[in-house]
Amino acid sequence: MGTHVIKMPDIGEGIAEVELSVWHVKVGDMVVEDQVLADVMTDKAMVDIPSPVHGKVISLGGEPGEVMAVGSILISIEVEGAGNTKESALSAVVEQAAPAPKADIKAPVVESKPAAKPLVAAAQAPVARDADERPLASPAVRKHALDAGIQLRLVQGSGPAGRILHDDLEAYLQQGTTRASAGANPYAERNDEEQIPVIGMRRKIAQRMQDATRRAAHFSYVEEIDVTALDDLRVHLNEKHGASRGKLTLLPFLVRAMVVALRDFPQINARYDDEAQVITRLGAVHVGVATQSDVGLMVPVVRHAEARSLWGTAEEITRLATAARTGKASRDELSGSTITLTSLGALGGIVSTPVLNLPEVAIVGVNRIVERPMVIKGQIVIRKMMNLSSSFDHRVVDGMDAAQFIQAIRGLLEQPASLFLE
Amino acid sequence: MTQTLHTTLLIIGGGPGGYVAAIRAGQLGIPTILVEGQALGGTCLNIGCIPSKALIHVAEQFQQTVHLSQGSALGIDVDVPTLDIRKSVEWKDGIVDRLTTGVAALLKKHKVQVIHGWAKIVDGKTVDVGDQSIQCEHLLLATGSKSVNLPMLPIGGPIISSTEALAPTRVPKRLIVVGGGYIGLELGIAYRKLGAEVSVVEAQDRILPAYDAELTQPVAESLKQLGVKLYLKHSVTGFEGGSLQVRDPEGGTLALDTDQVLVAVGRKPNTQGWNLEALDLAMNGAAIKIDNRCQTSMRNVWAIGDLSGEPMLAHRAMAQGEMVAELISGKSREFNPAAIPAVCFTDPELVVVGKTPDEAKAAGLDCIVSSFPFAANGRAMTLESKTGFVRVVARRDNHLIVGWQAVGAGVSELSTAFGLSLEMGARLEDVAGTIHAHPTLGEAVQEAALRALGHALHL
Repeated sequence: MGTHVIKMPDIGEGIAEVELSVWHVKVGDMVVEDQVLADVMTDKAMVDIPSPVHGKVISLGGEPGEVMAVGSILISIEVEGAGNTKESALSAVVEQAAPAPKADIKAPVVESKPAAKPLVAAAQAPVARDADERPLASPAVRKHALDAGIQLRLVQGSGPAGRILHDDLEAYLQQGTTRASAGANPYAERNDEEQIPVIGMRRKIAQRMQDATRRAAHFSYVEEIDVTALDDLRVHLNEKHGASRGKLTLLPFLVRAMVVALRDFPQINARYDDEAQVITRLGAVHVGVATQSDVGLMVPVVRHAEARSLWGTAEEITRLATAARTGKASRDELSGSTITLTSLGALGGIVSTPVLNLPEVAIVGVNRIVERPMVIKGQIVIRKMMNLSSSFDHRVVDGMDAAQFIQAIRGLLEQPASLFLE
Repeated sequence: MTQTLHTTLLIIGGGPGGYVAAIRAGQLGIPTILVEGQALGGTCLNIGCIPSKALIHVAEQFQQTVHLSQGSALGIDVDVPTLDIRKSVEWKDGIVDRLTTGVAALLKKHKVQVIHGWAKIVDGKTVDVGDQSIQCEHLLLATGSKSVNLPMLPIGGPIISSTEALAPTRVPKRLIVVGGGYIGLELGIAYRKLGAEVSVVEAQDRILPAYDAELTQPVAESLKQLGVKLYLKHSVTGFEGGSLQVRDPEGGTLALDTDQVLVAVGRKPNTQGWNLEALDLAMNGAAIKIDNRCQTSMRNVWAIGDLSGEPMLAHRAMAQGEMVAELISGKSREFNPAAIPAVCFTDPELVVVGKTPDEAKAAGLDCIVSSFPFAANGRAMTLESKTGFVRVVARRDNHLIVGWQAVGAGVSELSTAFGLSLEMGARLEDVAGTIHAHPTLGEAVQEAALRALGHALHL
């Protein structure tokens, strides 16, 4: 018997640490080759870690939510034969795991936790101590709380003098998932609070949004666009080709308008590296399309939009959105955009102030289409109107350029034939 | 210029903060470079904690033997001993050597690259050492502290700092220590025991002004017994022709003849001479300002230990260093100890962990304060050291212990029990209900807790 150790793989692009998202196995499980052991996440994507071997899991290297250095031990698997580690190098790992003594015990290692003490587990009202009052807990409990992203201040201590014990912390962690709903009286006063550790995707989103708003000098520009003609064209094309080529939404037209307008505004299809103080203008138009998934916002990228037909773009947007929503988008599909398009569809509202997807310098936001009375040549007519709310990095994009870029898009969308005239 | 080195973590300073951070970073798989201009181990191992304790041990052994030679109740009879201070210093240097070599070996074991030379900061991610440029993602500043100098007493000749006092070539006949804090008293007492006539000049009205009077009283008595002369509320004005000029409380001037003057008036963060200015970090007085994660005002620039201000203690720097390495590895950490113990290796020793009675009061806590004297402790009697006591401070409402203090021979080792009880959130009943081995000094710890509860057994 030997031990095969799998280390956190280097996923590339100079990534030094990777967040462990979820374990698919536990200590004592038998695993087969190619079975997925864990999902890990980088800035860019969720990655499966498959098992290269057949064997039994003897220890796990971290907790979900933990950010681990590339090269640190992810999991140890007991295998037939020599394994991939020397015995001495591994002693520490093996000691921790305390493997079951002999092979004839077939059952996996069962965690024999004593039944949770009902006293402690009984629903506890969250306690809020004063901000300067130090919660009483041993160093081990404090460390556990930090790891779990819990403020000890809010945990009820059942020990002497209100000391917070390991069991109290466990009970608090559990109740986050099992709290009963508020009960019969819909007007009952509620004092419950819920602590949600900011880990995984949410942590990445939080970091990126914070970083973008801190670094870039955002300014937003809103223009209204008459999309009557464009929508007529869309409906017409769907009637004619919908069955064979798939339905078109407004997005592929917007992508097309951006591609055409960007020919005259290369400074807007650019990345600004503010540490190196270099702006890179790109010929390729890789359009990031902001997409809501179960775990949060993701931005899959339509590559080389300049080289795609209307239907080609539409198909690619649909494919990427599905991949992102199901968590199957690859890292490549989630990186490398040069400009971003964001739309909340029917929930588009009147105006929005999108946050830049750094290091890009522009993001175009789409608001809702509404029919409104407009004055055209002295006549009040009903037109389909839509706002575009866009943000730019004012550090490197001047207001005049940004405005002209949006006006160019407006011109293209209001005269949809010009989208396709070369 | 040679090729630029790239690393994840770059640590400036190989003292207890820096080297511990490096070891922990190595354990966590973080590529780490440590830059040190002098010997590994910093002030602590080379010119501070360790050598001073070695010298104090020599002095204690010598004085004990002298004491025995003067006719002792223990029935031991020896001749008057002599001292070869050069040999003592050699022995001390041997210990320092072993420890610093050990640090080097530990760093090597954890794959930390050590670069010997003086670091010069270029920016928050770049440091030059000589003509070697190093680029890093995280920069950890751990340059420690330096002795404070007095302008009228420049170090040189008969005027020495603690560094010179720890490597004497001979014991002076007369020594004046300027500064009645823990460094001055530890060394002053040691020199007295080695045979020098020692005086201490202190500007405030008592010795060890950082600690309360009840606690320092046994040390004051010991100084009297040892024959160390105290000049309290006296301030130094200069040094001329082998005599120290001192102003007395009434404004008169005294000239104190002496062979050596030891300046021990405190330490200040080492912020000069390595281009720290380039980072323009937010400061907290003379120290670098840090938050509870040891982050400075610049992203990914960290500061630990004496450089970040009081309390300037090696064990605080070590704990901070360990934490910063874990933070850099992506763990969630903060520096929130219940207490940082402070120990004076005077004779008798003095320990403070957690809140003193005054501090508890200032924090608005209603507390029980109770002490147990070593005079009632059997083990203390057998060690011929009955002075001192253990004191506990606990909340009146729930008996939670918020602080421990002790003074007496060998009490430095009690700091372990004190620290553990505070970190674990012990109440008086927990300590009172723990069986303490007999006969030990530690029984006084249990008895102090019992006495706070109103039922000390041996008093």
